[in-house]
Amino acid sequence: MGEGTSLFEDAPEIDLSRGRLDLALVRLRMAWRTLRDGWAVFVESRIGVLSLAIIAIFALMAFSHPILMATVWTPDVYDPVTGYAFDRFEHPSPPDWRHPLGTDSLGRDILSQLLFSTKSEFILGITAALVTVGIATTVGAVAAYYGGLVDSLLMRLADLIIALPGISLLIVLSALFNLNLFYLALIIGVLGGFGGTAIILKSQALSIRVKPYIEAARAAGGGHFHVIFVHIIPNLLPLSLLYMMFTVTGAIFAEAVLSFLGLLDIRMSWGIMIHTANTGGYLLAGANYWWLIVPAGASITLLCSAFYLVGRALDEVVNPRLRRHDR
Amino acid sequence: MSSPDSGPLLAVDGLNKRFPIGGGLFRKPTDFIHAVDDVSFRMSAGESLGLVGESGCGKTTVGKLLVKLLEPTDGSITYRFATPAMDPHLAGPVETSNIRSRQLGAFRRQVQMIFQDPYESMNPRRTVYDTIAEPLVVQGIGHVQERLDRVSEILDLVGLTPAGTFLFRRPHELSGGQRQRVAIARALVIGPSFVVADEPTSMLDVSSRTAIMLLMQELAERLGIAYLYITHDLAVARYMCHRIAVMYLGKIVELADTEELLRNPLHPYTRALLSAVPSPDPTRRREPPDILGDLSLPVNPPQRCRFYDRCPLATDLCRREPHPPPEEKAPGHWVACHLA
Repeated sequence: MGEGTSLFEDAPEIDLSRGRLDLALVRLRMAWRTLRDGWAVFVESRIGVLSLAIIAIFALMAFSHPILMATVWTPDVYDPVTGYAFDRFEHPSPPDWRHPLGTDSLGRDILSQLLFSTKSEFILGITAALVTVGIATTVGAVAAYYGGLVDSLLMRLADLIIALPGISLLIVLSALFNLNLFYLALIIGVLGGFGGTAIILKSQALSIRVKPYIEAARAAGGGHFHVIFVHIIPNLLPLSLLYMMFTVTGAIFAEAVLSFLGLLDIRMSWGIMIHTANTGGYLLAGANYWWLIVPAGASITLLCSAFYLVGRALDEVVNPRLRRHDR
Repeated sequence: MSSPDSGPLLAVDGLNKRFPIGGGLFRKPTDFIHAVDDVSFRMSAGESLGLVGESGCGKTTVGKLLVKLLEPTDGSITYRFATPAMDPHLAGPVETSNIRSRQLGAFRRQVQMIFQDPYESMNPRRTVYDTIAEPLVVQGIGHVQERLDRVSEILDLVGLTPAGTFLFRRPHELSGGQRQRVAIARALVIGPSFVVADEPTSMLDVSSRTAIMLLMQELAERLGIAYLYITHDLAVARYMCHRIAVMYLGKIVELADTEELLRNPLHPYTRALLSAVPSPDPTRRREPPDILGDLSLPVNPPQRCRFYDRCPLATDLCRREPHPPPEEKAPGHWVACHLA
């Protein structure tokens, strides 16, 4: 998409004699070009790039934990759940070179906890996002395409889910079931997928559904399945990707709230770190015991905003009308 | 043109399409738009019929009914394809409302449509190859190599050469005329015997309009395709079609051979349309079209002649009597008017 490259030189040539293989190659090349053009727009947004860098740093943190545990950290001291810093006389103890972020009230290393939790936050966020968007895209496309009764049923279901207060519902569910990270991701995903995100994607699907190329596909002999999955959903994917980012934010936030309230069956997470500080009574004296609260709190804030801002930058890629043309 | 014993390729009888206005799950709609109202005509194989009328008169609805994108409220559309040996599903007369899913594919191979807006009738994310090969893919015709060959062959045919440079462009990399060529290629790629062309040139620049019209005509002739050419422009219809049907508010008001219709228009609406065709001669004075008011909406229309409100000749008879049935005033020249 026009950053100076000529249309004619850009169109890939194809050796017609090789059939499937060559077709796949050409498609791969075109996908790569789309990606490259999208990236060119994405990097124009400084905040988007910064946020992506933040996410990358968190990803590195997630990978570094098992490496550190296997090399320099001894498990009996540095294990995020069962470790105990024997070299300290009182806990929580402030940061020093051995424990860069100090220890918590139970004598466990905060940095180790922080790094260990990062991985679960990613798993949670991405699972929830995939489930949400997978469901919401299908529901939106199906509701928009069929209309009528199917549409009414799916949209009333969405209204019902939106009307439920999310966090309170999760609290009730956590009382009924032993919620671990995976189930939490699944529940958040299903609620989002059949709820608000479905409505947004359906409204987009409606505007696609009335395009003449949908009729053209039907006139070509395409069935319902073909039209939905080949024409409607691919045109929804950019918006889906966007809402994936926003869902990650929501999922991490929900996990933090539930963990803080002590309602999740999780060994360690950022929310649990703050929960531990709270049960020890250190939350109100936060200024004196900042290392108990700030690392986890800042991580939650940073990662949530990073995913959200990447979403906003992607919005510009996906939605050319938002692009600024003054540069 | 048509093989003598096979009868007409297409017979449309008493075709009706009403769209309900309002209504809901528990509420029956009370008002209907009579988009197509008791339309009947015949077409033989290889013939071209122009369907002319103002915007909103139901031309496109007729087209969509013919390709089974819409189901008629009433009446029948019967095809009699010339190549029954090719497809056992299509032997004998095929009535569109009776087509079952098994037959639908075979039907779609015979009847195709070219859409009005080349900018909107192609999925922006799919390449020219994807778009043109779509009928082949969804019908499961051929393998990748065969489809590639077929698509490049048809690209050559519609004048997008060399085919290799066009196969993997996306629609936004093509001009309006090129897109419409792709649309034509998509309609022709599975070798239909009947094509509905819904104003294929109305969205194009004047410069590419003639080229597209020529192309369509040439291809239809070469491949022996019958087509219904929907347009609002009598001049275009004259150029493209053997016969012309003039439509007004869901009714066909006049149907005749092109030259006969232009030389001897019998319906006041046809005359008004003809007088609205611009003349290249600046010195020629032309009388203003003697037609009153604006196109009215076909919502629950009264029984009388549809053209009554705008007709310069309307008499008391026209007000009292129901809409006149079409009468054959001259051989092959049908008019629906009390006064003609």
